[in-house]
Amino acid sequence: MTDARKDVATTVRAIVAEQAMVPEETVTPETVPAEIGVDSMGLVEAIFAIEEAFDIRVPFNANAPAESAFDISSVAAITAAVERLIAEQKRT
Amino acid sequence: MSAGRRVVITGAGTINALGGDVAATRAAMKAGRSAIGPLRVRDADRLSIAVGAQVEGYDPAARFSRQELTLYDPVTQFALIAAAEAMAQAGLAEGGVEPSRAGVILGTSGGGLQTQDENFRLVYEEQRNRVHPFVVPRLMNNAPPAHVSMRYGLTGPSMTVSSACASSNHAIAQAVMTIRAGMADVMVSGGTEAMLCFGGVKAWEGLRVMSSDTCRPFCATRSGMVQGEGAAVVVLEEEAHARARGAPILGEIAGIAMTSDAADIVQPDRAGAVAAMTGALRDAGLDPSDIGYVNAHGTGTAANDRTESAALGDVFGSVPPVSSTKAMHGHCIGATGAIELLAVLMALEEGVIAPTANWREADPDCPVDCVPNAARPATVRAALSNAFAFGGQNAVLAVTAA
Repeated sequence: MTDARKDVATTVRAIVAEQAMVPEETVTPETVPAEIGVDSMGLVEAIFAIEEAFDIRVPFNANAPAESAFDISSVAAITAAVERLIAEQKRT
Repeated sequence: MSAGRRVVITGAGTINALGGDVAATRAAMKAGRSAIGPLRVRDADRLSIAVGAQVEGYDPAARFSRQELTLYDPVTQFALIAAAEAMAQAGLAEGGVEPSRAGVILGTSGGGLQTQDENFRLVYEEQRNRVHPFVVPRLMNNAPPAHVSMRYGLTGPSMTVSSACASSNHAIAQAVMTIRAGMADVMVSGGTEAMLCFGGVKAWEGLRVMSSDTCRPFCATRSGMVQGEGAAVVVLEEEAHARARGAPILGEIAGIAMTSDAADIVQPDRAGAVAAMTGALRDAGLDPSDIGYVNAHGTGTAANDRTESAALGDVFGSVPPVSSTKAMHGHCIGATGAIELLAVLMALEEGVIAPTANWREADPDCPVDCVPNAARPATVRAALSNAFAFGGQNAVLAVTAA
């Protein structure tokens, strides 16, 4: 894992842990945010924190999370989605 | 059957510039201490108004969790702090009322103005293109009563009433009517305001009615109003409900009246004020001679104090002692009537009339005994509390001793 990729994973983990109010070390790539107490409000806050941390725009509609082009099914999925958005939006 | 349902006060709470609870506020009122001082807000150097009555030494993190603070504008924080004290005194903090028979009606004028101010600054001044997801739930004017209802699980009617400087009195009047109508047995009411931020003060500056030094109601040298901030909350309860559970009874809201000047958006009107005061007396079944104290609207502006003095002369053959506690806690706008109700309760419960602080010189246009500078012992069995708002919207409460 490169340093940049490691940073994304670490930051996403910290953001999810903060919203769930659990210690960071208990959050793994397989962790499902909804299962550790990140409710819909917490999810919207987490997405805001991700946008601020990486200076990206996250396409997420809280009315239809499943239809959004941003996979929130696990910490690993979020990390991968963030990496993809960074690559797309920071291309130039 | 709702006829004849009487409404008593079974709890009171506050946080304002005079103190962090009712006891501290009353102590300051008895001492005639003014909490008006230099304004400490961001960019205060760009304000021409340099004074305000700010809540001192307040640490939100000591009162609320980080998660709560994400959702609570200061206007909500103040409301929850005042409600906690009131509900504890009423013995309702851990239940004690059927949830569907209890609600919350609070007054506010600015709502989450600090949240608006901060986020406008981010997007306009700092050119940010993202705001926090909870800007709307923080700034909305109904957030304070919503959070109070959630904290205590009260599922009856809850809403915000907004009528500028009369918001608290209108809110209390609505809460009284809700109980009288049989729609609830307990209503948490009062008002909250947190307008002391750059935009909040700058807007008031524009009107040119603000004092540059301090607030001197009914004084010949008065120079305008001074803004304050904070909240006061009272628990209103149907009398039999309160007695049945042995609740403390601090006083009774015996009469309410609401009138509109239907005249001018800012200039007060003598007839509207007279109609509100006489209406409250009539609703309470009181004679003017029964009133031992009037807590004036008393903003310290030329227009209000002169008009209010004339109206008092019309209502009362012999005007009872009148004071404006705004010289001490500032004009707390949508919260002010509820904070002033605390002075009314002090007169009824303890026999001490709060003074009009900062007073220096009699004004022939304000021929009232304004209890200048020093609190006064007096036996008061009934009192009026006036609120006359911009918009010509007047609300007066008649309060009697327990």
